Amino acid sequence: MTIPFKTETFRDDFTFSNSEAAIRRFPFPFDRDAYMYAVNIEQHMPGPAKSATEFPIDIDEHYVAEMADRDLVLKADPLRCQSLPHMMTAEWDLLELLMTSMARDYPEHFSLERSGREWHWINRPLGIDQRFTFEDPATLPLSPMEYITRQCQGDFCLLDQRDDNLWMDAGIVTTQADWSLDFDLGMNFIEWHGPVPLAHEIGVFERALKFLLNLQQGRPVRRLNWTMTINPRLDTSPENYHRWGIDRTTVTPDNVGDKVHLRVELQALWRLPRSNAIVFSIRCYLIKMRELVTQPKWARRLHRVLRDLPGELADYKGLTNYRETTVAWLSKYDDGAPTSPGFHPD
Amino acid sequence: MSGETIAVRVVAAEAITPTIKRLRMVARDGARLPPYSAGSHTVLTMASGERVIRNAYSLLGSTLAGGAYEVAVLRAPRSRGGSAFVHDHVGEGHELTLSVPINLFPLNRRARHHVLVAGGIGITPIGAMADELAKVNASFELHYAVRNEARGAFCGDLAGRYGERVRLYVSERQERLHVHDILMRQPLGTHLYVCGPEGMIGNVLADARALGWPETSLHAERFLAAAGGAPFALRLAKSGVATTVGEDQTLLEAIEAAGIEAPFSCRGGVCGECELPVVSADGEIDHRDHYLSAEEKAAGCKIMPCVSRLRGRELVLDL
Ligand code: HEM
Repeated sequence: MTIPFKTETFRDDFTFSNSEAAIRRFPFPFDRDAYMYAVNIEQHMPGPAKSATEFPIDIDEHYVAEMADRDLVLKADPLRCQSLPHMMTAEWDLLELLMTSMARDYPEHFSLERSGREWHWINRPLGIDQRFTFEDPATLPLSPMEYITRQCQGDFCLLDQRDDNLWMDAGIVTTQADWSLDFDLGMNFIEWHGPVPLAHEIGVFERALKFLLNLQQGRPVRRLNWTMTINPRLDTSPENYHRWGIDRTTVTPDNVGDKVHLRVELQALWRLPRSNAIVFSIRCYLIKMRELVTQPKWARRLHRVLRDLPGELADYKGLTNYRETTVAWLSKYDDGAPTSPGFHPD
Repeated sequence: MSGETIAVRVVAAEAITPTIKRLRMVARDGARLPPYSAGSHTVLTMASGERVIRNAYSLLGSTLAGGAYEVAVLRAPRSRGGSAFVHDHVGEGHELTLSVPINLFPLNRRARHHVLVAGGIGITPIGAMADELAKVNASFELHYAVRNEARGAFCGDLAGRYGERVRLYVSERQERLHVHDILMRQPLGTHLYVCGPEGMIGNVLADARALGWPETSLHAERFLAAAGGAPFALRLAKSGVATTVGEDQTLLEAIEAAGIEAPFSCRGGVCGECELPVVSADGEIDHRDHYLSAEEKAAGCKIMPCVSRLRGRELVLDL
């Protein structure tokens, strides 16, 4: 099936929107009417056809526009993509994972032919045709990680495993929810999670780390994380806070439907074979409140989650300025009827 | 079985010394086997009549990128069946099942220099490390202690491949491996890796600690070959199963033989995957793993059934 790629922007005039099909496949993150941190890790198994988890790497209608936005971010700030020297093997592992998944699951858009170390990669939507030698960086125009992640939706972190910990030693991060690769580079799992409230106290990170240290090849896992963003902006980085922070004060009862977005991250983790590193993918999905309320169950549920969210979480996620206005707007779509368990729309 | 498995066929089986047999295996369906990092092991599942034997072995070489997998199996003097089975019954054409590679003994890729120390069959993961380090042009030296050259697997190979970087110590020629002296002259940022008999590992680590080496620079492959012990009664509270753990059977094997699925990964007491809660123990738990802390062991609420057992009458597990 060919994906109809959209022409749209995630900055300036913000023309981003979701098609009806994209709304239906949106990875809604709440399976009940309340939210709290937990070790919400599950096997990254194929989900239903057309869902965001049908394939391990999800490519959707926003692909081409997102890649153009990533290019703009990197041009303005090359430090969004960094890799310490010992991560080269992991970079090749990542390139292999992404190329083989994309070519297998989207054959009409991508293809990969391998003859020993001689590889031939074709990316039709972006008009790329590249022959190269696997594990020979001189045969690619960019480092393997930057080369392939400029062609794949989602941010990626490569984590080296040593001393019973995971270390953020490489990554490309251009669509982040207010954290910085340049700041976190070289930190370990507990250090980079330092700013998160409450979760440390209830043992979330200790248990999650123990689990990840034993992550096996061929058994990837995933979890969902969420926040909210004003305007469909992918690059909400601390580096650019001066550009987008102010947006949070612009929400009024009249513009909630178009301005306020639920931002969901489908995060997946794979053990990489040659390097024993882990790759952490952060695939960002945006949906406008106006689009979200087309699914009555999601409208009722988000209203309740947002209304009852612990204050520490709302503060950490940066919702405090516009939470009340948004809850009031959503309340019009909540008749108090019970919601069915699970993520899926009724 | 916990985790992904691969159905393989043995394509070559060769005695490389009188007590070590090398197996070369490929996927039965012809698919490429996943590459792996140096220090990885795989768990081999073998069917010996009614009995299912599972043993962990280090993978030789490294990053074969789609080639075959090789392991070298030492005939253990007090084998509970695994290594004897490989030596007596596994040959070309034999079909086995492998777990996907797991690495509990990884290289530290930030080290400035790597000191590799192997004793006897401990050369299997250490040799793979030398392979990988040579491939990425990292700085390393390899010290390999064997009883005699005929029994030392791969002595010739290693010397041929890495030349000056390899030192052999043959105890029959009165050559002694003085780890203390080796460690004395290492630059800051060096990491030490050791695999061999328990006693040797203990000595090497003690030398390093005495010289003030930080724990994070010390790495040992502490695979335990699960040993047997006196038999005891086992009851699984949740599944309502009662059985006996035989003399040369592990607790985990007894659980599996009773048809109950239990998680596991290394089957050598290090990874923590198979941890089970203890309901009661009529006797003393014989903790043999390297995973639980001393406090956890003393508390007696958890057991690692791949290596640990009971000295006593009956163990009841919450399974
Ligand atoms: C190993 C891969 C992971 C990476 C690279 C990663 C990275 C991050 C980063 C950079 C942040 C933002 C922290 C900040 O405010 O500066 C974060 C937040 C968080 N992470 Fe992770 N994380 C990983 C895995 C996990 C896992 C397995 C869990 C499981 C429980 C988890 C739970 C959280 C939570 C609850 C937050 C707060 C999110 C929010 O409220 O918006 N992380 N993570």
